[in-house]
Amino acid sequence: MNKSKRQFLGRTLGVSAGMAVTALLGSSRALASVEDVQKAIEAFSGGKTPAEGVVTLTTPEIAENGNSVPISVSVDSPMSEDDYVESVMILAEDNPSALVATFHFSPASGEAVASTRMRLARTQNVLAVAKMSNGDVYSATNNIKVTIGGCGG
Amino acid sequence: MAAKPRVKIPKSAAAGDIITVKTLISHKMESGQRKDDEGNPIPRDIINTFTCTFNGKPVFSCDMDPAVSANPYFEFKAKITEAGTFTFTWVDDAGEVTEMTKDIALK
Repeated sequence: MNKSKRQFLGRTLGVSAGMAVTALLGSSRALASVEDVQKAIEAFSGGKTPAEGVVTLTTPEIAENGNSVPISVSVDSPMSEDDYVESVMILAEDNPSALVATFHFSPASGEAVASTRMRLARTQNVLAVAKMSNGDVYSATNNIKVTIGGCGG
Repeated sequence: MAAKPRVKIPKSAAAGDIITVKTLISHKMESGQRKDDEGNPIPRDIINTFTCTFNGKPVFSCDMDPAVSANPYFEFKAKITEAGTFTFTWVDDAGEVTEMTKDIALK
């Protein structure tokens, strides 16, 4: 392990520990607010309230390292020219900024399935909101427990 | 800052097959939330857009925010109807564009 990586890890752990303390004190400093999440969803869905179902969000129940949490989202759709999934937005409610990533699909995707890795500040809910080509909006929510630096959580 | 990307796709596929595409690129994805040793905030520097096209047509793309992990990894699907070339493009905050192409043949 080289020096910069060690420094990076050390600092990140420091930051995570700091966040944990903040969480314990009940302060919501620099965290995304519920309104921000609502606003982001509204802007994405065009004001529609997402319905449950259709979207499958696959995440670990417990993430040992909040720096790299695998996430996989799949949306049930025929992915034909006139009925496909346009985009899927991933949100982490309690991150400093709730937006994680937005996937854009096309009929050439064949299946609306995508995976990536994300950062999570602490234990929280992660949302996936999918927008279909006909304007329908669906969502799924998973809770992920984040263990910080292996010291329990 | 972005380094040599890696992309994994099959060499060939039958028409109508849905293949899995895996991509990885090295990038520190500095979130803008961290501070350096002196306590000064480290400016945000992330890859903000990834796109994949096949023969010029969009297949998959992703808008990223700082919550995407360092060395962004993506796995997604693509439906193959003809032989051709995939073009993968990553763009970071500094405007640096990293591009890679991969060919696929029909079985």
